[in-house]
Amino acid sequence: MKLSGWGRYPTIDAQVTAPRSTDELANLVKEGSAIARGNGRAYGDSAVSPTNTIHMKHFNRMLAFDEESGQLVAEAGVLLADVIEAFLPRGWFPSVTPGTKFVTLGGMIAADVHGKNHHKDGSFGSYVDWIDIFTADGTVQRCSQTENTELFEWTIGGMGLTGVILRAAIRLRPVTSAWIEQTTLAADNITHAIELFENSLDATYSVAWIDCLQTGEELGRSLVMLGEHAQATSVPLRYRKQPFQMPAKRKLNIPVDVPGWVLNSFSVRAFNALYYWNGKRRPKRQIVDWDSYFYPLDSVLGWNKIYGPHGFAQFQCVIPLSQAEDGLTELLAAIASAGAGSFLAVLKRFGAQESRFSFPMEGYTLALDFPVNRKSLALMNELDSITLQHNGRFYLAKDSRMQRDVFLQSDRRAEDYSKYRRDESVSAAYSSAQSERLGL
Amino acid sequence: MRNGAVLILGARSDIAMALAHRFAKAEYDIQLAARNAESLDASRCDIELRYKVTVRLHEFDALDITSHKGVLEDLAELPTIAVCAVGYMGEQAQSERDTKAAIKVLRSNFEGPASILAELANKFAQRGSGTLVGISSVAGERGRATNYVYGSAKAGLTAFLSGLRNRLAKKGVHVVTVLPGFVATQMTDGMDLPARLTAEPDEVADAVFKAVRNRNNIIYVKPIWRLIMVIIRNIPERIFKRMKI
Repeated sequence: MKLSGWGRYPTIDAQVTAPRSTDELANLVKEGSAIARGNGRAYGDSAVSPTNTIHMKHFNRMLAFDEESGQLVAEAGVLLADVIEAFLPRGWFPSVTPGTKFVTLGGMIAADVHGKNHHKDGSFGSYVDWIDIFTADGTVQRCSQTENTELFEWTIGGMGLTGVILRAAIRLRPVTSAWIEQTTLAADNITHAIELFENSLDATYSVAWIDCLQTGEELGRSLVMLGEHAQATSVPLRYRKQPFQMPAKRKLNIPVDVPGWVLNSFSVRAFNALYYWNGKRRPKRQIVDWDSYFYPLDSVLGWNKIYGPHGFAQFQCVIPLSQAEDGLTELLAAIASAGAGSFLAVLKRFGAQESRFSFPMEGYTLALDFPVNRKSLALMNELDSITLQHNGRFYLAKDSRMQRDVFLQSDRRAEDYSKYRRDESVSAAYSSAQSERLGL
Repeated sequence: MRNGAVLILGARSDIAMALAHRFAKAEYDIQLAARNAESLDASRCDIELRYKVTVRLHEFDALDITSHKGVLEDLAELPTIAVCAVGYMGEQAQSERDTKAAIKVLRSNFEGPASILAELANKFAQRGSGTLVGISSVAGERGRATNYVYGSAKAGLTAFLSGLRNRLAKKGVHVVTVLPGFVATQMTDGMDLPARLTAEPDEVADAVFKAVRNRNNIIYVKPIWRLIMVIIRNIPERIFKRMKI
């Protein structure tokens, strides 16, 4: 069947099987070149193997929950949305969440996802107590910080290339309500935005939305949004008695591809300007529900279709702190001068992280979407070089088009990872279209 | 336990599991009955964690009809609702060659379900309340060359449910006959099914849940199937026998 990631690019003819037991899984892994696939929310080809994609949808059971510690044991195919639905009413929330709740736990571990709280709490991997992995030799290995540590460290952020993640124990965090107290600060330009971030390192959540078509003095004009879990006493009156209850919301669905001409630099410019001024006018402090705060795009089902039939590609890099301002300025200038704006230009501050292969490092991460066409693919190559010049690296969960030499230059750890995969005889058993493209 | 319990017979199937989730979400305790029941322990944990209801596992073999009375006696409580999702498609070609294989299909889809439903019917009638749900099939509406062994057993089940409904209506017991068309399940894995006519197990579960609540008698999961079956039932036999459908 034709298979692609969330960006709908590239589309690959792939053999997909959904095993129902570890025995069935074992037979599939024997065939080689296997990659596990969760809910298909990685943007590109990370979870696609042309000959052996293993869909984990039947491994979707939650197995145990400890009300004291917040530890949840669950199978890899469980959706984050289901975890929230089950445990938020009991006062627990994911310790780290990406911008969509339609991801699986296995996918979150494989990509070692980060959230708006990375500067404070680190990435998802910090809340994984142990993982059971179906390895290349056909056995199930439990790994953790004290047991099979090497396997554990390569698996977190290892893009599914160490084996199939079967189940894991993760820790949720206790929260005081289902609401977030949001503070919106307007930044005149990128320097100002960085200053606001650096002054807000105490905030639990922080993220900036950039109007990336501005130039000159206003380059990097943005809204910086800070968030804290609201106390039960400050949630809206209607919900104060049940601070974990949520108003029911309608979902918008985008059923068909939006024609290409709808998204042009004029419409994006208009949208961005409106959003910025609206945000600037808005009250500085607001109480918003968890779903609107963490997952604004989830309410538009199938939003990936707004980029039309050719799909879109996301560019996400991180630039180390010392070079962040220069690097971001150059990136934004290149984007603005190409006139290739994006609805979604998101800037976040990462805290320190040392890990075997995970994406985050202390610095700033910038993420943007572009419709797939020749012009934006060329622009993204340019953004790659700027990132390399500033010692940055790239997020593999978002990548669908990077060149192998760019990747290898950006990440010295790739060589070690390849060596580990060879030494443990994992390379032949597990690979994805992405790992082949990048030479992992 | 707030709304009573729902007994799900043949609990290992995808439709059965979707039903368990649907009723647990509506705050019913769940009784899962299947062969090797203990292997459903992960599902038990999952449903209990998600919906905070009690889930119990019960050993049940549809083909071992002498055990059926005992299965019901072992339940912690008589369920408010019982759903029979037992089914086995087999392979038509094999059933044609091998009578034993054909008999297994007949017994799995008719004798076994009828036997356990009969026991439940008597208990529900005695209590004077409850709902029985039988998952039958559109295949039972007209025998076709490609799956008449399975279809004839389902035809028997449909008639059996119809009779039960007729008998129990005066006793306060309701009977629902479910005629799913194609459903994307383990049973149909690898079959090339037309997407628009194929339901997901969740859709079947939703349809059954609504039918129980609204006390509907016979439901098709996707409305289009009602029309399709009207047409198929009304093709004259002399034409039908030459058709390949």
